[in-house]
Amino acid sequence: MWFDILPSFWEGTKITIQLTLFSAVIAFFLAFLAGFGRLSKIKAVRFLAATYVEIFRGTSLFVQLFWIYFALPLFGIMLPKMLAGVLALSLNAGAYGSEIVRSTIISVPKGQTEAAIALNMTPWQRTWLVILPQALVMMLPAFGNLIIEMLKGTALVSLVTLADLTFVATVLNSSIMRPTEIFSVLLVIYFVISLPFTKGIRWIEHRLSAGRY
Amino acid sequence: MWNWDYTLLILPQILEALKLTVSATFVAFAVALVVGLILTLARRSDFKPLSLFASGFIEFVRSTPLLVQLYFIFYVLPEHGLSLSPFIAGVIGLGLHYSTYLSEVYRGGIESIPPGQWEAAKALNFTPLETWRKIILPQSIPPIIPVLGNYLITMFKETPVLSAITLVEIMQTAKMLGSHSFRYLEAFTIVGVLFLVLSYSSSLMVRRLEVRLNLR
Repeated sequence: MWFDILPSFWEGTKITIQLTLFSAVIAFFLAFLAGFGRLSKIKAVRFLAATYVEIFRGTSLFVQLFWIYFALPLFGIMLPKMLAGVLALSLNAGAYGSEIVRSTIISVPKGQTEAAIALNMTPWQRTWLVILPQALVMMLPAFGNLIIEMLKGTALVSLVTLADLTFVATVLNSSIMRPTEIFSVLLVIYFVISLPFTKGIRWIEHRLSAGRY
Repeated sequence: MWNWDYTLLILPQILEALKLTVSATFVAFAVALVVGLILTLARRSDFKPLSLFASGFIEFVRSTPLLVQLYFIFYVLPEHGLSLSPFIAGVIGLGLHYSTYLSEVYRGGIESIPPGQWEAAKALNFTPLETWRKIILPQSIPPIIPVLGNYLITMFKETPVLSAITLVEIMQTAKMLGSHSFRYLEAFTIVGVLFLVLSYSSSLMVRRLEVRLNLR
């Protein structure tokens, strides 16, 4: 039985990892855009960023994915499954990520900004050379957690019939009817994929807290 | 493109299904509150196998998708003689999943209690049970209430996943309405707007609660 099962699981695993990585890259970009947008001096930009964040945090990934895949075609926009999945996942995670960006940037001590101003740095230099490097390190654990949330979120694309891990498992299950083995293996595969991230987060957190106490 | 007559026609059915969504949220939240506390206590236990099991369980459940966990509960348990209705399977799955998050919240609350409180309880000859009931929990629960509130909102938004195990909550209702008429736009948009309005207004309430708790 395992000889039949494992190759198809491998195909699904590839799709799941691809989805997670593509979406993570776009989400990271969106998170910075919206995170900085919410801290902008221009009111319209702040409003736009806040609207994006509240809409995608206030409805769920499930609803967003279904809306993009089933409702958008009524506006004449038909997206392939993979693209719809990446779009939903990255828009959703981007909204959560923007809160990480925003909160870490405001948590950089005010003295840092003041010192940069005293040193006659331009606002651009202030952000890139002083604030961001400090904020980035603080963001890492939270972004690691967000990637795990995204990995878990990818399972939902199986419901719009994209052939990810979960989809492969449900199809296999309906043909060979061995739910115990199939779903146990499925859970373990997800756990294994997430391991590098959980370990990485712990390592970073450990390094960050070293020397602080 | 957008049909208002159709919207008004399906709105009552979706609102009707909202009751099930809300009750599933609260039952699952109750499960998560209880199991989360048990996990926290188990993890702090001096009995090593128990604390290892608890932290292993937390890490495993937190790193795997809720959808797959629901499939596991709904399709695997019947193989071993335990058939659950979609509602029961759904609230157990959702509750267990979030219990691992809540156990972290409890842990934060408990660890913020100054060690002097433990020492004082010991000095006053309190039993461990009394220490927890009268000293530790009463002080560690109030500050975490807003965080718990935010998790309640998160769980509410997560309920559409239960439609995958055939629970007819609002998302499943919307899907069925959509497949009848081949119009998904109105049904899914109504669901989205309902989630947005309900979760945004409750998050404002949580924020106000947070401010009030901080003032005390």
